[in-house]
Amino acid sequence: MNTLMRRLLGLLLLVGALALGTGAAQAHPHVWITATSELIYAADGSITGVRHAWTFDDMFSTYALQGLETRTKGVYSREELAPLAQTNVESLKEFGFFTFAKADGKKEKFQEPVDYFLEYKDAALTLHFTLPLKTPVKPKELALEVFDPTYFIDFQLDDKNPIKLVGAPIACQLKIQRPNDGTANARKLSEQNFLSGDNSNYGAMFANKITVDCP
Amino acid sequence: MRPTTGFARALTIGVAAAVVVLALDSAVHVLMAQNPFGGPRPSADPQVGGIVGWLLSKQSEFYREMSSTIRAAKSDGSAVWTLLVISFAYGIFHAAGPGHGKAVISSYLVANQETARRGIVLSFASALMQSLVAVAIVGICALLLNATAKTMCGAERAIEIVSYALIAAFGARLVWTKGGGFIRALQAQQPVPAIVGAAHHHHSHGHDHGHHHEHHARDHVHDEHRGHSHGPVPSELAGPGGWRRGLGAIFAVGLRPCSGAILVLVFALAQGMFWAGITATFVMGLGTAITVATIAVLAVSARDLARRLSGASEGGGALIMRGLEFGAAGLVLLLGVGLLFGYIAAERVTCL
Repeated sequence: MNTLMRRLLGLLLLVGALALGTGAAQAHPHVWITATSELIYAADGSITGVRHAWTFDDMFSTYALQGLETRTKGVYSREELAPLAQTNVESLKEFGFFTFAKADGKKEKFQEPVDYFLEYKDAALTLHFTLPLKTPVKPKELALEVFDPTYFIDFQLDDKNPIKLVGAPIACQLKIQRPNDGTANARKLSEQNFLSGDNSNYGAMFANKITVDCP
Repeated sequence: MRPTTGFARALTIGVAAAVVVLALDSAVHVLMAQNPFGGPRPSADPQVGGIVGWLLSKQSEFYREMSSTIRAAKSDGSAVWTLLVISFAYGIFHAAGPGHGKAVISSYLVANQETARRGIVLSFASALMQSLVAVAIVGICALLLNATAKTMCGAERAIEIVSYALIAAFGARLVWTKGGGFIRALQAQQPVPAIVGAAHHHHSHGHDHGHHHEHHARDHVHDEHRGHSHGPVPSELAGPGGWRRGLGAIFAVGLRPCSGAILVLVFALAQGMFWAGITATFVMGLGTAITVATIAVLAVSARDLARRLSGASEGGGALIMRGLEFGAAGLVLLLGVGLLFGYIAAERVTCL
């Protein structure tokens, strides 16, 4: 029995070491996005969609522009960037546009993006696009999260005017929780809301959580 | 006396099987879970803290500094040194993330009875190959063909799939080999004299192995062959012949370049500093290799410890070790299949 116990202990040690080795597997960002977003309201006070403006870091911007022919070197017009913008929104579809909305706790779906274009300024690309909701909603509480569950992309809300409510009823109140501003429960809340059983949601820790309360 | 040893034997087999299953399960679970602590941590601090948070913030810092340093290096030669230091540090931290073959290399080392020294060599060789592939992709796609990011990401994706398929095939091969050893160890536990059949079965495998790698020395094949057809004594099962499989590991793991390196290379190229990007890539690879090698050595030491603790000279200990190798081989297969079908999150290809 004694040798058995020793064997077992040895194996457990090995399992532990292996788990440590593989367990260090953590996602880590390669692309940084500074985001500003607008929530668009209809005249009746219902939310119709989200308009994003995402600015990529200079390394990714350079990568994305690789091989793009332009009339003037270093100058990229909106038309010249149109095919790239097309590629961007097509690729983003696979990831649900990293935009997750809940109206009064119910997950909302988005339609295909519209009005998308790229802008090149100060060595950085900014992708503009609008995500219309499948059906406009008029919830008491709207929760919007912008993050990459695999944390390949790091989303950071812009310092100034990160979120704008466009045409919202006056009574609506906006709250923003950034991943690193120490807001209590920021991470717990987002995990409860979006983890939903699967554990491929590491990036939720870095989610930007936006809530709009309209009494 | 007899009934007691029979019971102990049965118990040993049972425990060994349970532990292997447990090991696989926990390893897979850990791999699939992006959170290393399994589920939400019961911490009052909502921020990403601890070692992981520190690692993440450090590597983000280093990575973000790279672009500005490459820009600076255009006019100031001394910034190149800064770039190299940053790249090295980034490589070390970066390799702690998914990809870079830690799990595959470690499992292979455990399965194939490799030494720590071989583990270090494998880690460095695969990191070197990763760097070479990254430079080759950017050199051919961006520099020679002036291809777009879309084309480049397509190439990366294709290479990625080939790499994962190779890992799966490599794992299947290991499972086949180690399964034989495990079965023979099981049979050795039982009084039924089924050794001959098992040895014969293995014989054909050795042949198959040699066939696949005809360019290698013949006596090499023979050697391995002889070692394997003996009984399940660890010291005899370990030994030469692994280099070819080692090359397989290097190729399967090293084929998949690092997305970070590709981004840095393209950026450096656009700044007219391609050579700086290439140097940074290889220095990054060096850092990566150090981390992977550390984990590999850890895995090998743990296995050796397990062998010592389990008293491998006895039959039961040998069974446990064979079971362990079989389990590790299965893990390589699972990793390959999991990566191939997207069950295991790997570093994403930069396709946006």
